[in-house]
Amino acid sequence: MSSTAKITVTVDGDQYIDTVEARTLLIHYLRETIGKVGTVVGCDTSNCGSCTVLMGTAEDRDRSVKSCSVLAVQADGATITTVEGLAGPDGSLHAVQRAFHELHGLQCGFCTPGMIISAIDLLRDNPDPTDDEIRDGLSGNLCRCTGYQNIVRAVRAAAAELRAPEVAS
Amino acid sequence: MTVTEDREVGAARRRKEDARLITGRTRWTDNITVPGLLHMAILRSPFAHARIVSIDTSPALSRPNVVAAFSGADVADVQGSLPCAWPVTEDLVHPDRPPLAVGTVRHHGEAVAVVVARDQASALDALEAIEVDYEPLTPVLDLEQALADGSPLVHPDKGTNKSYTWIFDSAAAGTGADVAAADAEVVIERRYVQQRLIPAFMEPRSVIVDPGAGDYTIWSATQIPHILRVFYALLTGTPEQKVRVIAPDVGGGFGGKLQVTPEELIVFMAARRIGRPVKYTETRSDTMLSAHHGRDMIQDVRLTARRDGTVTGISVKLIANMGAYLGLVGPGVPILGAFMYNGIYKFPAYRFECSGVFTNTTITDAYRGAGRPEATFAIERAMDELGVELGLDPIEVRRRNWIKREEFPFTTVAGLVYDSGDYDAATDKALALLGYDELRKEQELRRASGDPVQLGIGTSTYTEMCGLAPSRLLGALRYAAGGWETAAVRVLPTGKVEVVTGTSPHGQGHETAWSQIVADELGVAFDDVEVLHGDTRTSHKGLDTYGSRSLAVGGIALVEACRKVRDKARTVAAHMLECSPDDLEFTGGAFRVRGTPDAAKTIADAAFAVFAAHDLPEGVEATLDADATFDPETFSFPHGTHLCAVEVDTQTGHVAIRKYVAVDDVGKVINPTIVEGQVHGGVAQGIAQALHEEAVYDESGTLVTGSFVDYTPPTAADLPDIVTDRTETPATTHPLGVKGVGEAGAIAATPAVVNAIVDALRPFGVRDVPMPCTPERVWRAIRNAGTESGRS
Repeated sequence: MSSTAKITVTVDGDQYIDTVEARTLLIHYLRETIGKVGTVVGCDTSNCGSCTVLMGTAEDRDRSVKSCSVLAVQADGATITTVEGLAGPDGSLHAVQRAFHELHGLQCGFCTPGMIISAIDLLRDNPDPTDDEIRDGLSGNLCRCTGYQNIVRAVRAAAAELRAPEVAS
Repeated sequence: MTVTEDREVGAARRRKEDARLITGRTRWTDNITVPGLLHMAILRSPFAHARIVSIDTSPALSRPNVVAAFSGADVADVQGSLPCAWPVTEDLVHPDRPPLAVGTVRHHGEAVAVVVARDQASALDALEAIEVDYEPLTPVLDLEQALADGSPLVHPDKGTNKSYTWIFDSAAAGTGADVAAADAEVVIERRYVQQRLIPAFMEPRSVIVDPGAGDYTIWSATQIPHILRVFYALLTGTPEQKVRVIAPDVGGGFGGKLQVTPEELIVFMAARRIGRPVKYTETRSDTMLSAHHGRDMIQDVRLTARRDGTVTGISVKLIANMGAYLGLVGPGVPILGAFMYNGIYKFPAYRFECSGVFTNTTITDAYRGAGRPEATFAIERAMDELGVELGLDPIEVRRRNWIKREEFPFTTVAGLVYDSGDYDAATDKALALLGYDELRKEQELRRASGDPVQLGIGTSTYTEMCGLAPSRLLGALRYAAGGWETAAVRVLPTGKVEVVTGTSPHGQGHETAWSQIVADELGVAFDDVEVLHGDTRTSHKGLDTYGSRSLAVGGIALVEACRKVRDKARTVAAHMLECSPDDLEFTGGAFRVRGTPDAAKTIADAAFAVFAAHDLPEGVEATLDADATFDPETFSFPHGTHLCAVEVDTQTGHVAIRKYVAVDDVGKVINPTIVEGQVHGGVAQGIAQALHEEAVYDESGTLVTGSFVDYTPPTAADLPDIVTDRTETPATTHPLGVKGVGEAGAIAATPAVVNAIVDALRPFGVRDVPMPCTPERVWRAIRNAGTESGRS
């Protein structure tokens, strides 16, 4: 009843080759086909941003996308990074993950995967954002628990850490 | 031996929960799968009120991958009726609420039929094959019209749209509000409308029922796994011991997951019929339509006072929208508020009357604060109006009425005994943090210069009742269950500690805070404590998490369980040290012989000795564990002062929060970081009620705010930075001194914001702005001010 297509996609460093229905959304492919359930679905109108992942193509560096608004076939040839692929090979957390933990930037944690990914993309575009720029930059991601205050603090702290020149050990 | 007295309680510990949440290693219900799992989709009514003339699910069966399809008629003899656990009056009208509608639908989004298929997409696809013929009926939507003679009826067999009328009158104990009104020097009469809200937790609800051989394992995104288990047993006829309910990671609730839902029962029926595990995960649109809503009350408030500002009485008449049916605790929500209309004040007379009314809308039930935000809004708005009437500063008129610190414990006109508080201290701190006097000066300048952007300052001095609840009192209020909580503490042979709590966190950080408490009570390391919750197989008993009760009730049970363990360990340690238990003191994480501190045994030493059991003192069992159940004698009463400064653009109606200050007194604090986070989130939801959110039904009863596009929860860009601080007057009614914090922000914030907006617009003759105070409403309020409609 519906057409299918074969896609090759790299997710969190691993390559997957799958046949998907043309209508399959990237978020459903990630969750249901390859088991990347760390990224979640919070709405059906692309308002909440819970499903945000990084998507890089041959033409462009990776950018945050709401994976409910991308078809799986559009990710053919792309590189996807989810919240599950942010930590280093040794398990060390990304600076944004660490800052969310240190500054209590999450409560129930459901929006957190998308919020962290959006924050990472925001800081690549703007390494030294003001609080208002952080708030505007994250306005595509809803959180119902924190009032956003500690999220803003966490992103500000992560920005400072990411800007700091690496200290030779 | 070095003695270190690291105090965990009070430390800003980072949360244990975060490790899985920031890396995506979470177990949301929708992440869980079991072998042979089937997926369910639900067909929902597009009408608010209609007769189901015919329904045919059979065409869905021929769709690909479909396993089963059925409607309410197919399960009418087995599905029973969803529960209401709080029939607030003896003669409460309580209509049946079948999980799947039979014959009539009574609200937009009511479940009508289901499809079960091998995958979710197939189930959703097949819904469109179900044929339903509806005959639309006139919907009942307006609360006052619903009570009028001749109104169409939501439940014609009941003969009325009124479910109940519940009355409290202090006249029974002395002075009534009517007596106070007779010789009043000032009377303030106002109507406030608490608009309908949607809790809008971020994780849509999800449920899996896995039928075994007569037993059922159920995962649900719920706040109340223990209560749900009881109702599964009662409603399905399954022996309770054959039902295991698991609330895994749960993504927010705010009261919205304090429910026994149609979906939970429908999935159960599907799994039982088919004999295979079935999952249902709702879409956001499903959530908006069918998960219970909150608030939705009309409040007529009358405050009587003397010209010196002393309030002599308050009378409140409420109409509360129940929706089409009664929810689990829905009728009780306004009754929780009934105890709070006197706020922090020494009012001598009080009358409260509430009618619960049926309409063709989604049910209402608990949403963050549940009755107490509504009450706090009404009294805090009315106190501002009284101040204006008498020419008194809003802080001053409150000061003249509130309970002074030396007057605690204080029995209020509603019959509660407030144990402790210091309203002056919290208010003075908040005024200083806001820069109240400077802002008042700036306000005068702006008024004098006719600045198009006017400044307003809003006050909210709130209290609330936390720690739900003394079982005896709940019984008196006709609530079906109790209000106790349990904890179990087991010290493992290696000295690590497992804690089982009956609370069911969904964002509150119990794993962290409970570990801090245990670490201090037993002298073990924070990281050596594991907190188990939310699975009725490991956590057998409990009453779950809502009503800011977890720490104020469950925390006390935990302390008591720890102390039982410590007492037992003391006996063992004394035996090991060959001394009397009375010779030991517990300091620095160990039992030490008084005067010989090097002779010491830790809890871990005792645990291993108990495990080995080679040489136990007489009468000591070979386990180092204990259970405790705590049933509070009374509520706890956090309080605080929230101040909000807004800038209102009088040309566009746009409101910008310039500064928000929250000074809360939640008693003793276990983890200040978590407390601050709870305040942030609560204030955000309170601001959202004041400025952003409203669930709107059109004249046909269609929910027109059925997604995040139209129901607009605030984004980061919509909310201000919140200045938080605390005062600390410990609760005196239990050993931990805590009071509860989950709902405080949501209770305090809404009136602070609306008072600020009205304060800004006083020179225009504005006396009120209906919520949410959108730019259009603010602009209209200014434009209509001074006219009759501006006064309504």
